[in-house]
Amino acid sequence: MVEFALPKNSVVVKGKYFKAKEGAKNIRIFEIYRWDPESGENPRYDTFEIDLDDCGPMILDVLMKIKDEIDTSLVFRRSCREGICGSCSFNINGKNTLACIRKINEYKGKIRIYPLPHRPVIKDLVVDLSTPYAQYEAIQPWLKADTPIEQDKERLQSPQERAKLDGLWECILCFCCSTSCPSYWWNGERGYFGPSALLQAYRWVEDSRDEYMGERLAELDDHSRLFSCHTIMNCMDVCPKNLNPGKAIAELKKLVVSRN
Amino acid sequence: MSKYKIVDHSFDVVVVGAGGAGLRSALGMVEAGFSVACISKIFPTRSHTIAAQGGIGAALSNVNDDKWQYHMYDTVKGSDWLGDQDAIEYMCKNAANAVYELEHYGVPFSRLENGKIYQRKFGGHTRNFGESMVERACAAADMTGHAMLHTLYQQCLKHKVQFFIEYFSTDLIMDEEGACVGVMALSLEDGIIHRFHSNMVVLATGGGNRCYFSSTLAHTCTGDGYGMALRAGLPLQDMEFVQFHPTGLYGPGCLITEAARGEGGYFTNSEGERFMERYAPSAKDLASRDVCSRALTLEIREGRGVGKNKDHIHLHLEHIDSHELHEKLPGIIETAKIFADVDLTKEPCPVIPTAHYNMGGVPTNYMGEVIKPTAGNTEAVVSGLMAIGEAASVSVHGANRLGSNSLLDLVVFGKATALRAKEIMKPGAAKRLMPAYSAESTIAKIDALLESKGTSSVYEVRLAMQRAMQKDASVFRQKDSLTEGVASIDKIAGSMDNIGLADKSLVFNYSLVEALELENLMLTSRAIISSALSREESRGAHSREDFPERDDVNYLKHTLAYGAQKKDKVVIDTRPVHTWTLTDEVSYIEPKKRVY
Repeated sequence: MVEFALPKNSVVVKGKYFKAKEGAKNIRIFEIYRWDPESGENPRYDTFEIDLDDCGPMILDVLMKIKDEIDTSLVFRRSCREGICGSCSFNINGKNTLACIRKINEYKGKIRIYPLPHRPVIKDLVVDLSTPYAQYEAIQPWLKADTPIEQDKERLQSPQERAKLDGLWECILCFCCSTSCPSYWWNGERGYFGPSALLQAYRWVEDSRDEYMGERLAELDDHSRLFSCHTIMNCMDVCPKNLNPGKAIAELKKLVVSRN
Repeated sequence: MSKYKIVDHSFDVVVVGAGGAGLRSALGMVEAGFSVACISKIFPTRSHTIAAQGGIGAALSNVNDDKWQYHMYDTVKGSDWLGDQDAIEYMCKNAANAVYELEHYGVPFSRLENGKIYQRKFGGHTRNFGESMVERACAAADMTGHAMLHTLYQQCLKHKVQFFIEYFSTDLIMDEEGACVGVMALSLEDGIIHRFHSNMVVLATGGGNRCYFSSTLAHTCTGDGYGMALRAGLPLQDMEFVQFHPTGLYGPGCLITEAARGEGGYFTNSEGERFMERYAPSAKDLASRDVCSRALTLEIREGRGVGKNKDHIHLHLEHIDSHELHEKLPGIIETAKIFADVDLTKEPCPVIPTAHYNMGGVPTNYMGEVIKPTAGNTEAVVSGLMAIGEAASVSVHGANRLGSNSLLDLVVFGKATALRAKEIMKPGAAKRLMPAYSAESTIAKIDALLESKGTSSVYEVRLAMQRAMQKDASVFRQKDSLTEGVASIDKIAGSMDNIGLADKSLVFNYSLVEALELENLMLTSRAIISSALSREESRGAHSREDFPERDDVNYLKHTLAYGAQKKDKVVIDTRPVHTWTLTDEVSYIEPKKRVY
């Protein structure tokens, strides 16, 4: 018989409960995924009562308040706190996003913070991103051109040519898109590059200065790297920078098909 | 001690830090044939270079006639004559090529109609020695740092730089002769300690202004290189010069680029007055940052701040065409919307001067080599060690950095380290011996923290330090408050002994990392505030209310601060400013009164 239940050690159990201080009037409940690889125990979710009158307005402020003042063992990545470095990407109430640019009051009721889905968890909210990083490297995200250039001059690029890169070059590699993609969940380790890497592949295909469009498209022309995208469009839905990897993938598919 | 496993590595060069400077150095070192390890506590594209917005300065003349000599003059004047003019000459002369090189790497610069790189005006950048403002900042919208950082990382991938990501560097390894022979680091993923043996370590660890309560900086800007240098017995130079950016977003402190004013933005006070005209009649809202920050602070102090508590200033952009604003400044429109709920195309942005940049750092020459003066030689080089970027004080920024000169500094001196390394060492050359004590300090420190049983938390001590720095070492300073500040920082540093870490884990123990960072921040704070107390004059970003004038007779010199342990007293020394140029293509610019 096929077993459809989760393996026992991956069931998320109810964890600790942290009450707010006496007298707190503006309480919100946060459930946060915890897993300690050294404990040998199942993952759990801990529940925190947070007094919003004594906390900054962003979801990241809540995580920092917990780490600073309530449970210092909570582990999560963060750096810029303004939505540009891509460190604090988590799954918040079922949707991948950056904690630093999401306001608490955008959400109603209990707020659940989980790691990015379908990545191996290293600890708590920290996941292993080595596969998406490797896929990013695999699309060779650097300018490739053979035409000799003059060292003391820039290559020319018209504002119109440059405008084609808008919506592509701003990606911050937070991987909210790839880790929200059901096809990537299934095929990410089986050859599919995922929306994040493909957005960058398209960024270089579209750059008027790059001379390797043909080779770049040829590299994508197999059954999985590009074509495992099934136009589900979760990528566009979650992108915290309002980019549209799904559209970039569609454009790549068109280019690959029309090339053949 | 044996409970900690140590993994050994050997490389020609170890670059510590993977921001713009570290990546440019690593790239140059690989191109020069060296084996290179680049260690970073965060993934490279998360580094704080990402936050640079407005542009990289270079006299390309794409919009208006410009010369590197003008750029040099502006930089010297911006530095209030504290910058070393040989280094400034080197930077400005190499600026254009550095920008072209970035373009060739693939940086998506914005473009002019003729296809050349877009350039915009920036504070303090003028043509013909102060005649009029000039478009010198080469920009990729208002996300130039993002464009550069990602491109440099891509180039490092292309050149197969070996990265050690999420490794926290703890200490430099110095041998008994005072040469640097490597660096110790903690791998965050598994808690294993690594020892890197090298012929050259390049510190590219960025700044440390998270020691202030309100800062434009990322949480990760914790002065790690400053701490490492001080613990290795090396000095920090000119740490009293902390740049307060005039336009930190009121509240969260996020950066609102100076390009906002470069594109036509201006300040008003509660009376609706464009007050910068009173403080800088010629450059007005595009005066250099120290001048603007003082002006904003004075307006607020004199009761002309805006808002309910009259404690901030308005920055106006709403008069600029909305389409143009979206094209040129999309990043800050988004930031203002998210963090201040303000639509910049319709309403003014609430801003306040916010700690932003350390002009000071580990002293180096223009080739990136770290300097530790000896009795007879103020330019004595530390063998095996370089420093670049915000971690270093070359010094090109002197007492005040001009906007767009930091991105330039990163790539020019990042590249300079590789050029110098090529001259003084060979790939694969034998290394100095690793001293027997190399790992002791790191193991002792980590062990003490993991065994700590104190009652205070990293957060409490850090907050106390940040509040003290904000109170006593801010835009305006004076003897009483600085003296008080030195005492309170000393006391707070002492309380670090009472820190107890609840998390004893070795896997991703960020509590441990934050405690190690706190030590670096504390050493940074002590260097800043003691240096500020020692300099009894006002110059650039250092404004002493009790000594309002610049004093070239007594203080045209660099401050050096030593103080390795949190319990030692900070020792202050000085070293001469380079009053010469690198070549005879330009002559030394004599100090004169600095007006904008």
